[in-house]
Amino acid sequence: MIAAGALLAHAVAAPQTIPPPAAPTAPAAAPTTAAVTAPFIVILDPAHGGADPGAHGSTGINESDVVLSFARQIRSALQVQGISVLLTRDADIDPSFDDRSAVANARDHAIFVSLHISSTGIPGTVRVYSLPIATPPPAAPATMPSAAGLLPPPVAEANPHPGLRTWDNAQDSFLDLSLRLAQLLQTQLTQNFRGSPPAPALVAVRQLRTIAAPAVAIEVSSVSVADRRQLDAMAGPLSDAIVHAVISFEPSYVSGAGSASAFAAGAH
Amino acid sequence: MSRRWAIATLILAVLVVAGVYEFRALRRHVSQLSTEGPSDAEARRDVVAPQISTPTDVLAPAQMFWLAPGSADALAPVTIQLSLSTDPVQRSKQVIAALIAQSPTPAQRTLPADATLLQFYILPDGTAIADFSDELANETPSGILSEQLTVDSITRTLAASIHSIARLKILIHGQESDTLAGHVDLTGFFAVNTPPAPVPAPTPPATTAP
Repeated sequence: MIAAGALLAHAVAAPQTIPPPAAPTAPAAAPTTAAVTAPFIVILDPAHGGADPGAHGSTGINESDVVLSFARQIRSALQVQGISVLLTRDADIDPSFDDRSAVANARDHAIFVSLHISSTGIPGTVRVYSLPIATPPPAAPATMPSAAGLLPPPVAEANPHPGLRTWDNAQDSFLDLSLRLAQLLQTQLTQNFRGSPPAPALVAVRQLRTIAAPAVAIEVSSVSVADRRQLDAMAGPLSDAIVHAVISFEPSYVSGAGSASAFAAGAH
Repeated sequence: MSRRWAIATLILAVLVVAGVYEFRALRRHVSQLSTEGPSDAEARRDVVAPQISTPTDVLAPAQMFWLAPGSADALAPVTIQLSLSTDPVQRSKQVIAALIAQSPTPAQRTLPADATLLQFYILPDGTAIADFSDELANETPSGILSEQLTVDSITRTLAASIHSIARLKILIHGQESDTLAGHVDLTGFFAVNTPPAPVPAPTPPATTAP
């Protein structure tokens, strides 16, 4: 559940389009097979499932089915490179946002990738999202006649345990790394899927907020395709792009960033 | 054929003719209703959210953000003439009502036709609270892109016409909702007239992958 006091603390910025990395760095060649296990773990999150099919196309395509199929194929591609992988679900079930977050937050050096299929958008394109940086509440009262007094102004609740993360805002410490991962992924995906945007977008995706690790959401367009095979055919290039981006991302993450383990008591 | 059978046949024939006539008249009536009458959504909106009119209303141009023509993933501004109040709360209600009801084409719609704005407040610090009916959550297409376009169309439309709103909180039927339709987080606030948060410059990669 969401702590009521924490609700007001994470202001959400308007969606922003961010420039692609100044110097594209992803390796052009196919990644080599790693001889040893990578020092991080990729958490793949096939969204929805169970009673929640997610986006539903007119031809009967369910988002939850397709993303699970994608996740299994991406898992295989990553494991071939010696990268450990966990799925937040590997069956037609629907874990809660927090259950999915717990899979990542219980592990050091996790990388969280949530997989989605959209209802709309240009079929065959792929977008990457990371969380925006929180914006503070307005500094001074605006001078306007309004329904003043009907509701109390929101007040951000201070973290009583500085140095520990609150569950509800666990992503706050990882926004820069998530953005960097999103940029690497979007660069790769735009190469593989023509028409995709050149840069990721900053959007308040709920699932990402409680992840204490670099976390992104990837959304493929869309369940509106006439034939499911059009989506299935995207799994290979999607896997390749994720493998490339994760391998490129590893040095900047493992060498510098912290782990997920410390949370403020009582926040979850 | 006996006389009784002849009478019965005659009565039956009269009834069939009358039935056919009534059926055709009924079809005409239904057809007329479907072409001329308000849609269910419009009729419901007229009851739940009647047209907002205030003494200070003046006809003025208002910039609305709907889907760009022929686009599934981008908004475009459209300027329409609206009767707008000088009161920011009433003005906000007027532009959101227009955003729901007056999209140039159904394909350009960003909010469900059945959605209604139940309440709208503006706090002294510039925080606006928009309370929408359940239809906003239930009928917005599920997906990060579609949900973000919905939120974006609301915040950009408000920003264009009401400059005193700094940020927006969206409620669904008076309650805080975890998400709009499964993806976009509604527990926080959306910037309206606030400059977007600075985006950190991407750090150059340390090394390339092995």
